Amino acid sequence: MIRLQNIEKVYRTDTIETLALNSISLDVAKGEFLSIMGPSGCGKSTLLNIMGLLDTPSKGDIKISDQKTDHLSDKQLAQFRNQKLGFIFQSYHLINDLQVLDNVELPLLYRNTTAKERKMLATEALEKVGLSNRIKHFPTQLSGGQRQRVAIARAIVGRPEIILADEPTGNLDSAMGNEIMDILINLNRNEGTTIIMVTHDENMAHKTHRLVRLFDGSQVQ
Amino acid sequence: MLKNYFKIAIAVLRRRKFFTFISLFGISFTLTILLVLTAFLDKVVGDSYPDRKRDRSLYVTHLQESGKDGQSSSTLSYYFLNHFVGSLKTPVKLGISSGYEGTNTYVNNKKLAVNYKYTNADYWEIMEYDFTEGKAFSKQQIDNADKVAVISEDMKRDYFGDIPSVVGKYIEADNVKYRVIGVVKNVPITSYNLYSDIYLPYTVSKTDFTKGKGYLGDFTGVMLAKSTDDVPRMRDEYDAMMRRIPMESKQFNKMYSHAQSYIRSYVETGNESSSGVTIVFTAIVIFVLLVTVLPTLNLVNINITRIMERSSEIGVRKAFGASSGTLVYQFLVENIILTFLGGLIGVVLSFIAIQVLNSFRLIPNLVLSINFTVLGIGLLVCFFFGLLSGVYPAWRMSKLNVVTALKAQ
Repeated sequence: MIRLQNIEKVYRTDTIETLALNSISLDVAKGEFLSIMGPSGCGKSTLLNIMGLLDTPSKGDIKISDQKTDHLSDKQLAQFRNQKLGFIFQSYHLINDLQVLDNVELPLLYRNTTAKERKMLATEALEKVGLSNRIKHFPTQLSGGQRQRVAIARAIVGRPEIILADEPTGNLDSAMGNEIMDILINLNRNEGTTIIMVTHDENMAHKTHRLVRLFDGSQVQ
Repeated sequence: MLKNYFKIAIAVLRRRKFFTFISLFGISFTLTILLVLTAFLDKVVGDSYPDRKRDRSLYVTHLQESGKDGQSSSTLSYYFLNHFVGSLKTPVKLGISSGYEGTNTYVNNKKLAVNYKYTNADYWEIMEYDFTEGKAFSKQQIDNADKVAVISEDMKRDYFGDIPSVVGKYIEADNVKYRVIGVVKNVPITSYNLYSDIYLPYTVSKTDFTKGKGYLGDFTGVMLAKSTDDVPRMRDEYDAMMRRIPMESKQFNKMYSHAQSYIRSYVETGNESSSGVTIVFTAIVIFVLLVTVLPTLNLVNINITRIMERSSEIGVRKAFGASSGTLVYQFLVENIILTFLGGLIGVVLSFIAIQVLNSFRLIPNLVLSINFTVLGIGLLVCFFFGLLSGVYPAWRMSKLNVVTALKAQ
């Protein structure tokens, strides 16, 4: 599903060069639930961003669904992300000015869909995360766990093949964290969605199919 | 999609009320100034009451004489207009009138400031004043120096009160009683060559204008051609006359005066080397640029700050499939919504400002109204502002790196 070959990421300033990722090669199979662990600053999020085409590597190749992505224009990249990828962030990144339903509809705005279809799909996604009774609420009226469930609904509403989750339980207590983890596991199991999750939590990581460990930008496991 | 953009635009406007106020104030205030200014210009330049024959008229308002020791510039004498201009062949009529002068009169022991001016008979045949009652004085009444007067509607109301007819009644000005023979609709003071409260035959003045051969005086003239085709010929004939007539005195060696269209005569500076039209036009352009460019720059600045605050939203939208072009479109739509809101407020403010200007009678007899063409142009200007002040910030923000945008909270 995702193939990374010799990925390097170097951050350059006028005076200093930092090697964030050093020759990472990784294959993620279709339907796999992979977790990435490592200490802070080891390059986990950078790797996830590169897999999600939110960032570009300094060197190396990425293939997603057998398609090379390095030659895609801004518009094509946007379309590719919209069709294939869904994102879940540690700090939710919901738009506070929009109601829950509008937040969940967001990825569908960039597709050819009618307002009616968008509403139907978004309601369906919210039902899956158990929040169909909160569609008219604003994000600020929800708890942390509820907000992350809205973020998951937004990530799955477009039925992407891959979900990239950057510490999705990082801001939640263990009970809420477990709830979110259960939703992701069910998604992976029932819908066959490929999930790559960055986490600091060993317990969460052990619930996934495979664990990749990074240290100082290199893969150690 | 548009509904979503509209929702977020309104939410953003409500979230930062102070920024919204500054933005809306900038747009609406600018539009108000533009609309009031154009309403004013429209009235002053565009309103052809009472000189409805402007297309076949030329106005003679100034004469400049210059010599080694100095120069002198003024309106013209009755002698100059009657003797020289009156001898031209192309004009079929020559209206002569003095500038208005102020005096006081008393009604029931209450002082009333009035303006009066003198005219000849042709003046009334060239100008098409709307008479609410009576008529203008005739050539014979002028020749007989009859003490008759035409007054304005406001003068009628202020002097006589609300009575239906005043023709035949007497009005006193400058200690002389004149018999009212006609009442005309008001002319705004901005048409300063045509405005007055009281119009009198030039022969009733205490000064005998027919005496003396000086060129400079208090009068202006309007030449009427038979048809619009004759206007250039009339202008040439006037210029030829100016080249022909002798210098008024030895101290001068050059003399300038031209027969001009209404607008040129209106902004005449009296200085031969500098065109009044250019000066007025330049002043208007500079003013309009100042009142439009400054708020636009201000809006650009505010928009950058506004959009910067939304970098997390930009990151999310990009991550979920918005291209840079889509984001530019979104921010432009939001900005156009903002400017149109400002535009609507501007239109309301303009109506209020014009009502206030009209009701307080700050400028005598000047009744302004919103010109709907101007309103349309104003709304287009708003749309242009929206684009102009939105394009740069939107383009800048759409280029924001997704990861950087998401990190900014």
